[in-house]
Amino acid sequence: MEHDVVLSARDICMTFPGVRALWNAQFTLREGEIHALMGENGAGKSTLIKVLTGVYHKDSGVIRLSGKEVNIKSPEEAQNLGISTVYQEITLCPNLSVAENMYIGRGDYKFVNWKEIESKADAILKNLHIPARARQQLGKCSLAVQQMVAIARAVDMECKVLILDEPTSSLDDQEVERLFGLMRDLKARGVGIVFVTHFLEQVYEVCDRITVLRNGEFVGEYTVAECPEVELVAKMLGKELDDLSEIKKEEVHITAGETPVYEAEDLSSEAVTHPFDYEIYKGEVNGFVGLLGSGRSEIIRSIFGADRVTGGDVKVDGRKAKITKPLDAMKLGIGYLPEDRKRDGIIGDLSVRDNIILALQVIKGFFKPITRAQAEQFADEYVKQLQIKTASTDTPIKSLSGGNQQKVILGRWLLTHPQYLLLDESTRGIDVGTKVEIQKLILKLAEEGVSVTFISSEIEEMLRTCSRLIVMRDGRIVGELKGNEMTQNNVMRTIAGGDA
Amino acid sequence: MAKELEKRSRSGSLGQLLVPIIALALIAVFNLFRDPSFFSVGMTNDSQGNPVLTGNLISILNGASELAIISMGMTLVTASSKGQDISVGAIAAIAGSVFVKFLSGGDITGLSVTLGIILCCLVAMLCGAFNGALVAYFNIQPMIATLILYTTGRSIAYWINGGATPTVSSPIITAIGGFIPGCPIPTPVFVVIVFGVLFWLIFRFTNLRLYTQAVGINQDAARLNGINPQTVKMLTFIVLGLCSAVAGVIAVSRLSLINHETILLEIEMDAILAVAIGGNSLAGGKFTVVGSVLGAYAIQALTTTLYAMRVPSTAVKAYKAVVIILIVIIGSPVVKDAVNRMMAKRRQKTAAAKGE
Repeated sequence: MEHDVVLSARDICMTFPGVRALWNAQFTLREGEIHALMGENGAGKSTLIKVLTGVYHKDSGVIRLSGKEVNIKSPEEAQNLGISTVYQEITLCPNLSVAENMYIGRGDYKFVNWKEIESKADAILKNLHIPARARQQLGKCSLAVQQMVAIARAVDMECKVLILDEPTSSLDDQEVERLFGLMRDLKARGVGIVFVTHFLEQVYEVCDRITVLRNGEFVGEYTVAECPEVELVAKMLGKELDDLSEIKKEEVHITAGETPVYEAEDLSSEAVTHPFDYEIYKGEVNGFVGLLGSGRSEIIRSIFGADRVTGGDVKVDGRKAKITKPLDAMKLGIGYLPEDRKRDGIIGDLSVRDNIILALQVIKGFFKPITRAQAEQFADEYVKQLQIKTASTDTPIKSLSGGNQQKVILGRWLLTHPQYLLLDESTRGIDVGTKVEIQKLILKLAEEGVSVTFISSEIEEMLRTCSRLIVMRDGRIVGELKGNEMTQNNVMRTIAGGDA
Repeated sequence: MAKELEKRSRSGSLGQLLVPIIALALIAVFNLFRDPSFFSVGMTNDSQGNPVLTGNLISILNGASELAIISMGMTLVTASSKGQDISVGAIAAIAGSVFVKFLSGGDITGLSVTLGIILCCLVAMLCGAFNGALVAYFNIQPMIATLILYTTGRSIAYWINGGATPTVSSPIITAIGGFIPGCPIPTPVFVVIVFGVLFWLIFRFTNLRLYTQAVGINQDAARLNGINPQTVKMLTFIVLGLCSAVAGVIAVSRLSLINHETILLEIEMDAILAVAIGGNSLAGGKFTVVGSVLGAYAIQALTTTLYAMRVPSTAVKAYKAVVIILIVIIGSPVVKDAVNRMMAKRRQKTAAAKGE
């Protein structure tokens, strides 16, 4: 083994009840390098990081720090060993000062001399070229500076390993550049940096090496030079580039001059900063593809009016429409299954029945409640049709399994008889059987004339169900694939930045 | 019937009412052993010479009226905003002062009383809207938002009547706060019934319950289903404002005068307690108005019992506290879970016994 390896993890296994999160994962970090840890959602990146920082306890495997085997039992111990982590959401206290944040909870001070601490903090900030002062309130600094203060805290603890978990996801381009400057600075000082991100370009901008995980398993370690973007995407998604064995879906014929069910021109919202054009026809199933964070969910949300719309024109059935809030979209026959079922979908304590009738009820209006008998009939109908496994329609939805919760939400929107359904990761985290059921249902709906926009992290699923794919990358639509162009190859090439 | 009861208890709607029912039963049983004459109801003549009902039960029903009405509104606010309104007493003082101010100008007739009630209700609903706006649009915690009117409300009431505590004596006012001639049951009891029916009608003919619960349980999901959480929160605070105004009118009418310093003093705490005893989560979400009303009567029953035991009025609060500790512990999640586990075990045992 090379002598400059600062942290190595060998054959790490970690299981949660029913889930194999990590299986013989490998990771090697050298002194003075920036190492990207890549993988799609659920690949095991977070789990590996949590094992390395003592949040989780591995089932088996060996972690060596500077050649010595270590058994990290808590985040505090990891810190003392020199492994520091800066998380995506800033975990500092915004209402304390910068200096207080840098020294809080370090346990090495019984009596605090704030003067001394503040001058120490100022020295470190200056040394690292961080534009903040020790006595400033942290919450008043920009997010990037807050991140940097978190990093400065880690540096002051003489960390040998610095783990940055998606530090750039809430920063703008300029702030990202600043952060990268700091990372290069630390690299030059010999710190090994683990960089987790879903922005591919950023990987190629600052990283030296890449480790790819997929389904909890180690795919490989590459230098940046030997793994161009196209290959990286393929490795993350687990598809070889020449794998063309997918079954093609039959075409939906759109006659020339037909008016789209939904049409957007230069639409933008709080979350969609690059205005986009888009349309969908009756009975069409299309999808947005792109890596996590590419902006696909945000586009769907802007169509539904879930985020504040900032500009653009919308036509529904050829008529000009104004969709500024979800109710506008719902009244025009648009339904939306959100990505985060627990946060945005279910009303946990309410019964399955109330959850099913909710959307229809709101469309009907405040003064037209659905009678109990009718509600029971609706609920029974969809529990039966979607084969929802629940003790009764009175059961609170939160006590159902994830797949069944999703079916309830699907039933909620089917009950409104929508003409256009937006499905964001509607098959994530549910068992294979239910997944296939939902895919079949989508195709059946399309046959009946419902238009569907579908997002899934699984490309096969998208290729199976969609007749047109819109490819996204870093918040922009970068290509559109239909018919014969719709292959794994092309999708990945377009995601990675090549031409379709 | 038994089946229906079992179904309801499993779905939680009866389970939620269990705590206030137990509380009331405990107080009743205690009084039964202490002095059965506590329950006797008699007839006397009131100051106008009309025969009216008297007794502890009547005074509980009568005395809890203001609390019961405010508890209904407080239940809604708690459910939608996950917090409580502590300004209800102050709003009642404002509403009462407006009512008295309006009437003190001229003759007190049926019409002027009606107009006065409408006016003070509007003012109180405006106060509720103010609270609601702070909570819904500025995301201020309800207790902090309502702290403003809690501290300033009684000063505003003071200012309305120029610092005086004017009286409004009229048979109409006496009828509102006491008895309608010929009717032996106190009028405030009827007002509670009217409010109860009103709430029932609102829940029956609007979606207030569904919307309020959805917003209280998961505001984000409610919004994505087309509900406007801000409007719902505003609405609940306005309804509570209305409840406070009516409670204020009753309190004014009982004494035929307004004392802005003491009218419905600290009723906010009792109302929050009534909501909690009623089996409602103070963290919002699912709610039962019936539970809160039963909770209000339980609190009043406790007070009346203590007075019947000739506990000095200054010491009543201390005794009350002891009993309330007991009630809230019975209603606590820990005890509930333990009871549920016990019930499940018993059910298993009986099922096993049947199986043999």
